[in-house]
Amino acid sequence: MLMTGLAIATLACGVMAVRARRLLSSAVWLAACSAFLAVLLYRLGAYEVAVIELSVGAGLVTVLFVFAINIAGDESIGLPSVIPRGLTWLLCLAPLAVIALSIALRIPAGIDALVLPSLPSGMPSAISSDAPPAAATFVNVLWQDRALDVVVQVVLIYAGVLGLLGLLAEKEGPLQHSAAREVAARRDRDLLTMETAARREEAET
Amino acid sequence: MTFSAPTIAPSIPEGIGMIAVLGLLAVGFYALLASRNLIKVVIGLQLLVKGAVLALVLAGTANGQLQVAQSLAVTVIVADTIVAVIGMALAVQVRRRTGSMDVKRLSTLRG
Repeated sequence: MLMTGLAIATLACGVMAVRARRLLSSAVWLAACSAFLAVLLYRLGAYEVAVIELSVGAGLVTVLFVFAINIAGDESIGLPSVIPRGLTWLLCLAPLAVIALSIALRIPAGIDALVLPSLPSGMPSAISSDAPPAAATFVNVLWQDRALDVVVQVVLIYAGVLGLLGLLAEKEGPLQHSAAREVAARRDRDLLTMETAARREEAET
Repeated sequence: MTFSAPTIAPSIPEGIGMIAVLGLLAVGFYALLASRNLIKVVIGLQLLVKGAVLALVLAGTANGQLQVAQSLAVTVIVADTIVAVIGMALAVQVRRRTGSMDVKRLSTLRG
């Protein structure tokens, strides 16, 4: 019952994050969604992921959102979406319809389709069935079996630092100069057109 | 003295778990498709990734390979955070240059 409530709360917060008109409200709803998801993950036994989700998803990302909204402004765009609303709903509700059908018809395309394939028994891995249970810890799996993932994470964090520098950059880039030049050229063209029209009118009179 | 985490029997109804996963995916897709604000698009991406993380942990729980699922989920969370940071940096810079965060007004990227 608790797990069901947590799942529903996570989903409801996600919906509210999208439906909220103000960006700041969206960021707060997203943080609540992360917090509920962290509790859900903890109850599922994924303690490490739960802690990381709570600290990163509900903490760091929310702070970044608030920071970005503070810089860029809480601008709410109430214009209609680019894609027709009916097609949008169709694309979003199609996965829900598939899972509802799979549950209703007892087709094993639900959770069974998502499980990870079992490793061969001869594979020298900490997670294989031959390995002792003490070796199959999160630390061993992450640092030994998924060492490449750790390297990728380091590279990603470095890229993130560069992205954050871009977020904090105050200097005008070359794009702004070219955009300003384009605006000035458009203004000159408009002035020329107006002058030509005025001369024509004078000539006619 | 060693600390041992409390053992809580993971029990979630399969249908509820899958509905939560696909609900988060659907809401994320909706935000990506329907939102015209760049920061709302990043929020939709965050919701999508939360659904993916929950799906990974549910799959690991169901298959008895929770540690592998956790290591993959950590990688996904790190990548998602970096994407959010870069997305927000892009949104801020777009706002500074065009005066708006409307996706439709990004006409300067046309070739």
